[in-house]
Amino acid sequence: MADLLRGLLRHPSGRIGGAIVALYIIVAVLAHLGVTPYDPIQQFRIDRLKPPSGAHWMGTDMFGRDVLSRLMVGIGQSFLVAFASVGISAVIGTALGLTAAWFGHLWDGVVMRLMDILLAFPAVLLALLIIAVIGPGTGTSVMAIAFVYTPIFTRVVRGPALSIKSRDFVDAARTFGSSRVYILTRHLMLNLVAPLTVQVTLALAWSLLTEAGLSFLGLGTQPPASSLGLMLSESGNLMEMAPWLLVFPGIAIMLGILGFNLLGDALRDILDPKTRSALA
Amino acid sequence: MNYLTRRLVTFPLIMLGVSVLVFVAIRMVPGDAITAMLGTEAGLLTPDQRKALAGYFGIDRSWTAQYWHWLLGALQGDLGLSVTNGKPVLDVILSRFPLTIELALLAVVIALCIGLPLGVFAATRNQKPSDLAVRIFAMLGQSTPSFVIGLLILYILSSVFGILPTMGSAVSLFEDPIGNLKQLILPALTLGFSFTASVTRISRSAMLDVLNDDYVRTARSKGVPALQVIWRHALPNALIPVVTLSGVEFGYLLGGAVLVEKIYALPGLGRLALDAILQRDYALVQGCVLFVALNFMIVNLLVDLAYAALDPRIRLGGR
Repeated sequence: MADLLRGLLRHPSGRIGGAIVALYIIVAVLAHLGVTPYDPIQQFRIDRLKPPSGAHWMGTDMFGRDVLSRLMVGIGQSFLVAFASVGISAVIGTALGLTAAWFGHLWDGVVMRLMDILLAFPAVLLALLIIAVIGPGTGTSVMAIAFVYTPIFTRVVRGPALSIKSRDFVDAARTFGSSRVYILTRHLMLNLVAPLTVQVTLALAWSLLTEAGLSFLGLGTQPPASSLGLMLSESGNLMEMAPWLLVFPGIAIMLGILGFNLLGDALRDILDPKTRSALA
Repeated sequence: MNYLTRRLVTFPLIMLGVSVLVFVAIRMVPGDAITAMLGTEAGLLTPDQRKALAGYFGIDRSWTAQYWHWLLGALQGDLGLSVTNGKPVLDVILSRFPLTIELALLAVVIALCIGLPLGVFAATRNQKPSDLAVRIFAMLGQSTPSFVIGLLILYILSSVFGILPTMGSAVSLFEDPIGNLKQLILPALTLGFSFTASVTRISRSAMLDVLNDDYVRTARSKGVPALQVIWRHALPNALIPVVTLSGVEFGYLLGGAVLVEKIYALPGLGRLALDAILQRDYALVQGCVLFVALNFMIVNLLVDLAYAALDPRIRLGGR
């Protein structure tokens, strides 16, 4: 763990990506604790559509709400959805991938064909379909993104798990009587930490992007709550009059995704020396 | 069984799975299609009229009967009737498809034209400032959602140049090629931009790998000019992952780009699917999803085959 941190600090993309992600996590936590300059849904009616100023650093929107406060809450919201959905899909995907590799035969066939079916859908279409069934909202976004990412985690885990399963140390553990659960959680899982860490980081980047897209379409977070995608869609008709409504949330989304992408690249370089990342 | 046969055998099974999944999912949506179609006027229907309508659209039978009926029709190219459009589903889909194909093609071509030279250039300048600049550009491009780019383009166009692109109904490529290109160039640039970043990254890393190979060193040492080494010797091999990536992206874009279509108000497949879902047009949703999934799988299969054809080292036998 300490080695990993030291490696990240030495890696240029790791340093930048780590710093961005850390900053966003702090902002997200502050927002969830309610520490924002103003109440994000309070309407300052005299100050509608005011450009950035000392009182409102990022200006105000068409209802006179403070953009910085809404941005902070939006980041908190996006992170909540991203971490929850990636967490759920990582746990389910890992469990499916591990058991498919371990038990093989029928179970492996059933699980992997099911995953093939899910992978035959373009991701956004699958997410839309799930939203249509459950109805739009924060919980639905979490479920939809988790659904899309579960087959990817299943595949990421199953491949390496299959090759580790046939290694000598697993046979050895089995011969001197380790239980199945112990071998699965201890020997297999520990060796899967590296590919999973990389995948989780990249999934977080994708999940942020998807959450923003779904909210932009009006299918994610519902008003008057705030989310980055929703802020962008509200800015749509006002962009000429109030470009700050477009620019700040746009940059916020981009930087957040950039942070996770950089971090993921750095982690891949450090944890998996065999495959060189595209960015290096 | 070799790889190709296995893929061809599992293909219809997966499509069947997709169709069952969509069929069940869409019927779990709360509310019914007739209310969705007529809105408040549905309240004026007598129970008999409602029953007649349900019978007309075939949604009064059991799920299994409906599915069986639909599957038999689908195999004969009849995807049913769209409740919201009053037209056959396949006709509605096919009327939107040309725009989607064109947009996907344009986006991939734009991305290849910009991304490939950039990636090759960066690889030959490995670790120099110009390489770093390209890598930063690619990383930023990959991290910017397409709809953010689209909004920024619209903002710059409207506020700086005071123009807005043609929106709304599609301009046909064959009737008005210039108007068609005018309409699609911005959406294509928007979609292409994010993809440019991926192409740049992949072609850079593939090129770096190849440039370190023995045969490239041999070519250099026997005095082949540097440019010729890059274009004739190295590039063809570095192209393989780029082709794969482009194919997969193309297949993905054939499913429609909901967000970009929405920003530019284009009537493509993505918005058709979105509207169908929102309006609970069962037959249309099923048709769209099946159509898109079918395209996606066919393109992926073709990509795999192209991959094997391009790289003789890859034998698709075994697992």
